[in-house]
Amino acid sequence: MGDTMNRLTKSMLAAAAVATALGGFAAPAFAQRDPAYAAARAAGQVGEKMDGYLGVVGSETPELKRIVNDINIKRRAVYSERAKANNATLEEYALTAGCQAILATKPGEKYQAPDGSWQTRGAGAPMRDPRCP
Amino acid sequence: MNHAKLTGRMAGATLAATALGGCITVNAPEEPIVIELNVNIRQEVIYRLAEDAGNTIEDNADIF
Repeated sequence: MGDTMNRLTKSMLAAAAVATALGGFAAPAFAQRDPAYAAARAAGQVGEKMDGYLGVVGSETPELKRIVNDINIKRRAVYSERAKANNATLEEYALTAGCQAILATKPGEKYQAPDGSWQTRGAGAPMRDPRCP
Repeated sequence: MNHAKLTGRMAGATLAATALGGCITVNAPEEPIVIELNVNIRQEVIYRLAEDAGNTIEDNADIF
């Protein structure tokens, strides 16, 4: 009886360990955009701004504002942490991330050009700040 | 005495200038205003941070 329990506990612990290991590896790799954000992005309702944050393109609805604010609060937290790790200011890091995020846009998505206008990403390189790498 | 007179004249001159040129009209430019975003941030800083920022975007794909 005691032996059975012991074996059962052991196998449960092993299963938990495997689940933890899998979960630990899987979480960052499978982190995907929230469906509402992905849809707004694909529809060109939100776009990448030069300053490293997301912006509403066109008319602002409460839903779009909510999506953008939610993403930007999270981005700011990440920027802040990484800026500190790199001895940079929040603005410096955010602007650099903006360069990269605009470069990473897919054709059809919106981004902000250096003149402040919203542009649709085409097949070629996006129009970026001359300081961008 | 002289100083007081001079001060008086200067005040008068200022008043005249204000009366003549007081109305400053500011016209909105027709060209779109180009936003020089964070002009103080230097390119070398951006180059230094570029790789880390690229990794950050990849590691946080859900918010980018």
